[in-house]
Amino acid sequence: MFKNMTKCYHCGDDCITSAIVFDDKNFCCNGCKTVYEIFDTNDLSYYYDLQSGAGTTPLAFEGKYDFLDSENIAQRLTEFDDTTIQIVNLYIPGIHCSSCIWMLENLNKLHPGVMHSQVDFPKKTVRITFKKEHITFKELAMLLARIGYAPNITLDDYDKVKSTTDRSLLYKLGVAGFAFGNIMFLSFPEYFETGEFWLEQYKGLFRWLMFAFSLPVVFYAGSDYLISAYKGLRSGLLNIDVPIALGILVLFLRSSFEIFFALGSGFFDSLTGLIFFLLVGKFFQQKTYSFLSFERDYKSYFPIAVTRLNKKRKEETVQVYEIKSGDRLLIRNEELIPVDGILISSKAQIDYSFVTGESEPVQKISGDNIFAGGRQCHGAMEMEALKSVSQSYLTQLWSNSVFHKEKTTIFQTLTDSIGKRFTLAVLTIAVIAASFWIVQDSSKVLNVFTAVLIIACPCAIALAAPFTLGNMLRIFGRKKLYLKDSGIIEQLAQIDTAIFDKTGTITTAESSSITYEGMELSSQEESLLKNTLRASNHPLSRSLYALLKEHNIETLDDYKEFTGEGVYGVKDKSDVKVGSADFVGHQQQSDYNNTSVHISANDSYKGRFVFRNNYREGVSEVFKSMGRYMDIAVLSGDNAGEKTRLEKLLPKLTPLYFNQKPTDKLEFIKELQANDKKVLMVGDGLNDAGALAQSDVGLAISENINVFSPACDGILDASKFKHLNNYILASKSAIKIIKLCFVFSLMYNLVGLYFAVTGQLEPVIAAILMPMSSISIVAFATLATNVIGKKLK
Amino acid sequence: MSVIYILLTISIVVALVFFAAFIISVRSGQYDDSYTPSVRMLFEDELVKSTTINNSDPNIKKSIQLNKKQKL
Repeated sequence: MFKNMTKCYHCGDDCITSAIVFDDKNFCCNGCKTVYEIFDTNDLSYYYDLQSGAGTTPLAFEGKYDFLDSENIAQRLTEFDDTTIQIVNLYIPGIHCSSCIWMLENLNKLHPGVMHSQVDFPKKTVRITFKKEHITFKELAMLLARIGYAPNITLDDYDKVKSTTDRSLLYKLGVAGFAFGNIMFLSFPEYFETGEFWLEQYKGLFRWLMFAFSLPVVFYAGSDYLISAYKGLRSGLLNIDVPIALGILVLFLRSSFEIFFALGSGFFDSLTGLIFFLLVGKFFQQKTYSFLSFERDYKSYFPIAVTRLNKKRKEETVQVYEIKSGDRLLIRNEELIPVDGILISSKAQIDYSFVTGESEPVQKISGDNIFAGGRQCHGAMEMEALKSVSQSYLTQLWSNSVFHKEKTTIFQTLTDSIGKRFTLAVLTIAVIAASFWIVQDSSKVLNVFTAVLIIACPCAIALAAPFTLGNMLRIFGRKKLYLKDSGIIEQLAQIDTAIFDKTGTITTAESSSITYEGMELSSQEESLLKNTLRASNHPLSRSLYALLKEHNIETLDDYKEFTGEGVYGVKDKSDVKVGSADFVGHQQQSDYNNTSVHISANDSYKGRFVFRNNYREGVSEVFKSMGRYMDIAVLSGDNAGEKTRLEKLLPKLTPLYFNQKPTDKLEFIKELQANDKKVLMVGDGLNDAGALAQSDVGLAISENINVFSPACDGILDASKFKHLNNYILASKSAIKIIKLCFVFSLMYNLVGLYFAVTGQLEPVIAAILMPMSSISIVAFATLATNVIGKKLK
Repeated sequence: MSVIYILLTISIVVALVFFAAFIISVRSGQYDDSYTPSVRMLFEDELVKSTTINNSDPNIKKSIQLNKKQKL
């Protein structure tokens, strides 16, 4: 590779072929140059002051948004539609820096029809209000695409029921915090028992006010705990919410009783404090990566509509659900094939990376079967549909029952299993203490019984897991492992079997090693080859070009590019052909799936460049270290071509399975689970989607977390694959922290129980003990997880 | 000492006002995106400058029209 490459002024990429110079600035392609021109002429070049290399390379998009002209489709995508004004909320994967926010919020300067636009950076969406008469939805999408912010509009948007964000937890937190503060303030005089005349005078009023404040806390803010405990009891489960709900109810009833009969001030301060802390814990645990979606299925990647050729061969836009068997479809460059079918055009290059993770495109010829999910990457092609969308090979996977049941409901968390024993223990202690007092002093029985239930309320236990796991989730997020929710950490700690997909998971799509097989090329031939490749834009040509030694730039006498076949260059009466085996006139022996580029010079075959997928850095270390304490296997959808290479790389006796269909992978995992294994599936493509959903923890590896990942429990950035084992070990440590917290909080409970059992529980003791235990547990959990996080790379 | 009734009412009313402000801010979506506004506020100085130029120069609209026809 060349070290002194110039960087594109717009997107910051290296200018691989010669840079385009405009306005004294270098650009990697015409697209970037045009975007710069647009910004410059509209006085928006401040964009580049905010961040250098801020832009994204605009891609070809001609015809991509034609479907937005269709009334029905556009209507389902708009948020608000008036006769003059429309509001749309668009997902733009290209949003990545502050310049992007600035640019998109200044859209009104690029087009007068745009009234207002507002970016939500974490979600990578922009909400645009525009005047229909000045700019149509389609034109707006085109405008965005032209400046490098192509909106991603998929079938998912079409099907989605418009959901409103759930903010109830924030309201509950607000109610609980408000009431907690006021009740603390009102109960303050009671703590000192001064017996001062005026305080005695107003005691009643203060108490009734506290009662009033506690009502919304118990019945609104705390309702989740009461409902969850009720549901748990009905299905015969003693989850952690049962002792909490018991504590809340006993606290409330005893306090109300005391106030009604003017016996005391009650425990309203502890009650509201308890609920407030619990909700804070819940809020902390609720970290979500709003820019990632863990529930994706094929719909998030499929287009809404494609172009159909009708009987008179006229193009019309058709919604993908309406495609019937026998329809002729026109798939443009970079468009996704929505249904299984037969290729009609003579040739096509199809990239199945969405499906298999394999990055090199596959060559197809007329009459070949092509499958839904592939992306056409060389010009437009025509195909005939054989099936409808939902019946296609890939999409059928989603009719499997694993996609319709919730995974988490089966898993019993550590907290819940403790909660069960805890409830039983507390009830036993309460009964024993009460029966002791029946003998001693029957006036204190009810007092002691309720006091035990109050002080033993497992507030600290219930807080330990949310804070430990919530904090761990954030630490993992910073290390580029994005988990769906904090419960996944608990499951990750229990894993005893790990299954890996091969292509795209343990191999990388980013760099492939290129080896040359055949006769050596003379320096003159090499120079000609390099100059021929310079003109070609094909990805294989580009990587080959980068590999070859530097030669002088020469003008070719003749150059031709044959789409899907190869390139041809002539200079000084010698010529060179680069491309497929057929194109250079070579009989290809049946070979592995490896992609190769063949070379011939002056009509004699020279040899070929073989592109092999590289394995990710640290693959064998990850396998070795994980193999020490769990079973490992590789499940690949490919043929056994890579078997010998894999065997060398991985620890001996690692089981390798090849030719696995998506459903095979799913069944494989199901079988393991039937043998009581906790399975971790690491995959990447849509063909792993079934296995990822079936496994206990499904991790998707992704080179670019914003672009693609199937439904899973977590997304791991590909660059961090080598640390996978450390993440699992960190999850195990997190569980240890939770267990330590349980021990601590049990000690607090013992102290509290002493006061309760002996009948001396004063409101002020409860008011000190309960927040103190909660706060110290929270502090310990947060500190300990941070220490683990520091050690993580 | 009955002034305590007034004081109590005032304190609760003040607390209720803040509580209501919180509820309104949640409802209006202020807590949905806690990142973008922090970046947005840094742009404001520059915005004033470019709007004035835009309004005063009618040629710019023309250049937008030209650019729209460009293809990539």
